[in-house]
Amino acid sequence: MPTKIEKDSITGRETTGHEWDGVKELNTPLPTWWVYTFYACIVFAVVYSVLYPSWPWLSGHTMGVLGHTNRGELTQALDTQGQERAKFVNRIRSASFAQIRQDPELYNFAVAGGRSAFQTNCMQCHGAGGAGSTGFPNLVDDDWLWGGSIEQIQQTILFGVRNANEKSRQGLMPRFGVDGLLTPQEVSAVTDYVLSLSGKAKATAEGAKVFKEQCAACHQADGKGNIEMGAPNLTDGLWLYGGSRDAIYRSIFYARNGSMPAWGERLDEATIKMLTLYVHALGGGK
Amino acid sequence: MDGSSPLYATRVKVYPRAVSGTWRRVKWLALTVLLGIYYFVPWLRWDRGPNAPDQAILIDLDGRRGWFFDVVIWPQEVYFVTGFLILGAIGLFLATSLFGRVWCGFTCPQTVWTDLFMLVERLIEGDRNQRMRRDREPLTFAKAARKSAKHAAWFVIAAATGGAWVFYYVDAPSTLLKIFRGEASTEVYFFIGLLTATTYTLAGWAREQVCTYMCPWPRFQAAMLDEQSVIVTYQKWRGETRGKHKAGDSWEGRGDCVDCRLCVNVCPMGIDIRDGQQLECIGCGLCIDACNETMDKVDRPRDLIRWDTLARQQDREQARQPAPWRPVRPRTLLYAALLLLVATAMATAFFLRGTANLSVQRDRSPNFVRLSNGDIRNSYTVKVSNKEQRERRFALELRGLSSATLTVTGASDVAASHLAVHADSVGTFRVLVTVPGDRAPSGTKSIEFAVLDEVGREAATHGSVFVGPAQ
Repeated sequence: MPTKIEKDSITGRETTGHEWDGVKELNTPLPTWWVYTFYACIVFAVVYSVLYPSWPWLSGHTMGVLGHTNRGELTQALDTQGQERAKFVNRIRSASFAQIRQDPELYNFAVAGGRSAFQTNCMQCHGAGGAGSTGFPNLVDDDWLWGGSIEQIQQTILFGVRNANEKSRQGLMPRFGVDGLLTPQEVSAVTDYVLSLSGKAKATAEGAKVFKEQCAACHQADGKGNIEMGAPNLTDGLWLYGGSRDAIYRSIFYARNGSMPAWGERLDEATIKMLTLYVHALGGGK
Repeated sequence: MDGSSPLYATRVKVYPRAVSGTWRRVKWLALTVLLGIYYFVPWLRWDRGPNAPDQAILIDLDGRRGWFFDVVIWPQEVYFVTGFLILGAIGLFLATSLFGRVWCGFTCPQTVWTDLFMLVERLIEGDRNQRMRRDREPLTFAKAARKSAKHAAWFVIAAATGGAWVFYYVDAPSTLLKIFRGEASTEVYFFIGLLTATTYTLAGWAREQVCTYMCPWPRFQAAMLDEQSVIVTYQKWRGETRGKHKAGDSWEGRGDCVDCRLCVNVCPMGIDIRDGQQLECIGCGLCIDACNETMDKVDRPRDLIRWDTLARQQDREQARQPAPWRPVRPRTLLYAALLLLVATAMATAFFLRGTANLSVQRDRSPNFVRLSNGDIRNSYTVKVSNKEQRERRFALELRGLSSATLTVTGASDVAASHLAVHADSVGTFRVLVTVPGDRAPSGTKSIEFAVLDEVGREAATHGSVFVGPAQ
C-alpha cells in the first residue's frame, strides 16, 4: 500500500505515495470508464466461449452453441466457390472447343482451370510447365507422338497410352535386340542410320537396309514417324529417351514403350476439356 | 491525507455553456461545410457512359476501382492513397507549427460531431444551468421525455452518419432503397451499425474523453509547437491579479480578469485556460469569445484571452513592443518543403500515368523450347490493362530481338497486332516468341515488349529477357 501520499506543492496534486531514489510521481488515475471497457472484454470473452468452441475438456473441448467449426466454414466456402465455378464449368461442358475459343472469358477460365488440373495430375511426369523429362514427353514443343490437334490431345488425355483401357493409344516398339530380331551389329548399324537422319552420323548401307526392312513400317521410309502408331519422328533432333548414340542403341535393343493413364476414368468431362485447352495452349498445339 | 488515493478517477461531466462570437461563427461555418461535404458527396452523380457507375465518388471494393469524377484508381495505384495520407500528416504538422491545434479545434470529426450533438442537446435540454439543474433533479416523466428525445435525435444523426459512410462504397440511391427494404448486404448493415454506434458513443457520451485519453495527437503535437506558434493564450500579465469587480470600482492595482468563469463554462474540454497551455486544450477559441463578452460588459479592452505566440506574450509581459510573428522559420520551411516535394511527386506520377499498362511474365519452366525445325521459343504471359471506358485494340511489339516471330495462343481470332481488351479491364494473353535456331541468342538477352494503341502511339512498355541455349 502507498504510505506517503503527499500534496505536490507546484501542481497541487497528490503523489502516488511511492518514492524511488527521491523521485516521486504524481497520481494520474485512469478514468473509471476505462475499467468498464476491461469488464466489457470479460463479458465478451464469456459470451464468446459459450457461442464458440473454447474450453479444453478431458477428451476434446466444448463445442459452442453455434456449432461453428473452421472445417465447416471451409466446406461452406468451397461450396460457394464451387457454385460460382459451376456456371463456367457447365458452359464448358456443353460448348464445343471452337465455341470456347470464340469466347475469351470462357477460354481464359478453361485454361486457368486446365493449369490447376495439370498441376495436380500431370506435372509429376510432364513437369510443372509441361517441359517433360527423359521418357516423359515435352508438351511445350511442336513434336507430338500422338498428334497435337485439340481433338488428338483430348483423345490422348481421355484414354491414355498403352494401358488397360481398350481405347487407349496402342503402338508397340519391338525389342529388336532382346528378342533376337536383330544382331547387335545390325542394331549398331541402324543406330548410325537413325543418327544420320538428323545429321549426327554417317549412314552405312547395312543400316539403311535394316531400317528399310524393320523400321520404315512404323517410322516411315523418311523416318518422319507416324502418329497413328505413336512412332516418333526420328529426323527432328528431339529425343524422348535421349539423343546420344548409346541412348538410341538402347532404345532399339530393349525398346521403349511408355504409358499414360486413361484420365477419362478419373476426371470429369469438363476437366478433361480444360486440360486439353491448357496443353494445346502451352505452345505446340496445332 | 486520508491515505486512500483512488485508483480510478470518476469523470467530471462537462456542461459547456452556449457562447457567441467570432470563433463560434467560424466553428459553425466549418461544421456546416464539413458535414455538408460528408453527407452530400455520395449523392453527386457523374456521367461515365453506360458500363460504368454514375456516382461521382465511389470506392468500389468488389469491383476493385476507385472512381473520383473522371479519375479511376486501380488497386496497383493505391500509392496515391498513401500519398494523400502523407500529405495529410505533413499538412497537419505545418498547420500545428503555425497555428497550434487548429485541426483539433475546428475540423477534427470528433470536434465537429460533438459540436453538432451539443447543439442538439442544447435545443432539447436547454443551456448549461438548465441541464445541470435537471440532472440533479429526481427522474420525472418530463425529464425522461426530454432525455429520450435527445437520445433519439442523437441516434438519428449517428445512423445518418453511418449510412453516409457506406454510400461512399456502394451506389447511394439504390442502396438507400435496399437499406429500408431490408435487402442490403450484411456488410452494409454491419458498417452502418458500427459507424452509428461509434458516432453515438464518441460524440454523445465520450466527447472530451476521446481527446484526452484516446487520441495520440495531443501527446505528440507538443513536439510541433514552439514559441512562434499562434495558440489560444490567457494574457496573465494583464489579467492578474484577478478578482470580482463591482461597477464603479477602480481598476488600479488589479488585473482585468473579473473571475466570471465564463471561459471555463464554455470550454468543451472543461478546463481553465488561465492555467496556461495544457494537454487537454484543443485550441477552439470559444474562451476568447466568452471573455470578450465579459470584457465588453465591464468596459475593458477585448482580447484578454487571445490568439498569440508565446514569444510575443513574453514581450508584452515585459512591456516591450512585441516582435512581429515569424511564420517563416526552419520548422515551417521544412514542413512546407516536404509538402511541396510529396505533392510534386504525386502530381508527376498522376500526369505521367498512362491509360494502358503492360506487364510481361516469362515462363521459366521450361526456360526455352527447341522446336522440331531447330527454332528456339520462349513463352510469356502478357497482361494489358485498359483503363479507358471503351474497348481498345492494342498491337504488341517486340524490340531488341531481330527475326523473332510473335504468336498469340488462345482464343482463335487473336493476333499479336490485334489484342482486344474490354473497357476498364485486364486482357491476359499467352505470347510465344520464336527465333530461328541459328539466330537465337546464347544465354540471356534483354528485350522489350511494347503495346501500341489504335493510332500507333506507344501506350506502355515492359522489359523482359529471351533465353536461348548456351553455346
